[in-house]
Amino acid sequence: MSDTPAGLFLSRSLKNVNFMIGFIILLSIVLTAVFAPSIAPFNYDEPHKADRFTAPNSTYWFGTDDFGRDQFSRVVYGARITLQVAIVGTLIQVLLGVTVGLLCGFYGGAIDRILMYLTDVTWCVPGTVLALAVVTVLGKSLMNSIIAISLVNWAGYARVVRAKTMSLKNMPFIETAVAFGERRPIIMLRYILPNMVPALIVLISMNLPGTILSTATLSFLGLGSQPPSPDWGLAISQGMTYVTRCVWLGVFPGLALVYTVVGVNLLGEGLRDLLDPNIG
Amino acid sequence: MRTYYLKRLSMGALLIFSVSILVFSMMHMMPGDPIDLMVDRRVSQDRRDALRKEYGLDRPLITQYVDWAGKILLHGDFGIAIRTKQPVNDQLSRRIPISLKLCGLMFLFELIIAVPLGLICAYKKDSWIDRIITNISLVMTAVPNFWLCVILIIIFSVKLKWLPISGYEQARNWVLPVASGVLGGVSGTIRLTRSETIDAMRQKYVVTAYAKGLPHRAVVVGHVLRNALILITVLMCMSIPWLISGAVITERMFGIPGMGHLLINSIVMQDYSVVQACVLIITTLTVAFNILGDILIGLLDPRIRIAQTEGAQ
Repeated sequence: MSDTPAGLFLSRSLKNVNFMIGFIILLSIVLTAVFAPSIAPFNYDEPHKADRFTAPNSTYWFGTDDFGRDQFSRVVYGARITLQVAIVGTLIQVLLGVTVGLLCGFYGGAIDRILMYLTDVTWCVPGTVLALAVVTVLGKSLMNSIIAISLVNWAGYARVVRAKTMSLKNMPFIETAVAFGERRPIIMLRYILPNMVPALIVLISMNLPGTILSTATLSFLGLGSQPPSPDWGLAISQGMTYVTRCVWLGVFPGLALVYTVVGVNLLGEGLRDLLDPNIG
Repeated sequence: MRTYYLKRLSMGALLIFSVSILVFSMMHMMPGDPIDLMVDRRVSQDRRDALRKEYGLDRPLITQYVDWAGKILLHGDFGIAIRTKQPVNDQLSRRIPISLKLCGLMFLFELIIAVPLGLICAYKKDSWIDRIITNISLVMTAVPNFWLCVILIIIFSVKLKWLPISGYEQARNWVLPVASGVLGGVSGTIRLTRSETIDAMRQKYVVTAYAKGLPHRAVVVGHVLRNALILITVLMCMSIPWLISGAVITERMFGIPGMGHLLINSIVMQDYSVVQACVLIITTLTVAFNILGDILIGLLDPRIRIAQTEGAQ
């Protein structure tokens, strides 16, 4: 098994402690999100009027809030939102970044200068502030906050893809493709892009923690997910409202967030060792 | 050298100009009529038109932009807030000193704590103390700043009752906000200091210094530290704007009425002239500190100065 490339990768990744721990953490989150209805004892917005502000006990593992909603169920359902943020946010960033990076790197010249100037402009406004400005324009919702964060973060992808494209486009196999009469879009998509996949995977794992934390920050500020969403960022801000009465409200969603980001970080460190020793 | 500075400065001015257009047009793409933000929906059309004229909102966008940018450039006047109907400058001038104080304290403590720890990690590389510090700082990067604030409040205000939750008049009010900022930023600086110092220790001039018989301490202070600290200084300088944007959250959490607090309140109230002003000021600071960093590193490091001079020609 270990003489095929996939088998080799598998046996190397089994030995990489960071990768394995990160992978197990992420797997646990994905499973929690998928099977949330079976894991959570209650629905996330099911009120228990008699049990408002209950401290963690055997029925309500993470306690209850001002509506008597079970916090454990809310944290479990919150995994779905985090997963949604991670997938949608990454998709937008990768699509934008890869398109711009490929065009810049491949064609060069005026297109390159204009687009790279645009990435310079987005880079000179601190991310949180730019995202806040974008949310002001788009309005408050989870989707808008994901868009805002993605509009801030795509430039990193564009830079790496551009640099990689520029170094790849002078390789002999591209010259061969040109000689065979392949069209330019085909060269970009079928010859250059596949060679960047490892670097892109590493880049995604490096950007993911920022995407998750920034979106949670916007939700925390009341500019992302709106009640009764079980979003972890929003849950922490609700916990902050009752911080003097019930400490547990703010603690558990935050722990879930830290658990997720530590997992992504470890997976990223592992992937960096496994796929691309040159990055970072 | 002068060509390099000029090129860098004009590039910076162009960036700020682009951001100002971006911010201005973004705020005018906002759905809804700004007049609706000022008066009730039942107000008559005549009164609305009068207001529109008074605030100059009936003119073409370009005229509005030129007027807005001109006032900022010539008089430093950011106009009038559409919601509170107060001059933006009055609001800013009260709040900027508070934000500067917060950021300054954060920066100072981050420097005092992070740089020595990073140096210890680098000199005792792979020892238990290095492992503990790097692992803790790795976990700290995963902790969102706003949650850190919540935890600090729970521990020190709610449980131990040592420090107040909010306020900004007394020194004890500032302990938690500064601590949360420092704890959030310190891990990045520790890792930066550690990697820069380890990098400097591997350089050939360090080997040469040992080979010519210099004692360990002299090599560390005179060769390694001197070179590592150059880059650390510059990168810290460039991190100041990010400190400012981090302070946005901290101010909101602890009810400190600084610029970040103003920014978020204005976003919630859609008071776009204030949002424009805040974003523009923070951007200008970012660009200015980046240029300052580039100039500083040129002054401190002759190798880079030569590269800069050649690059500008």
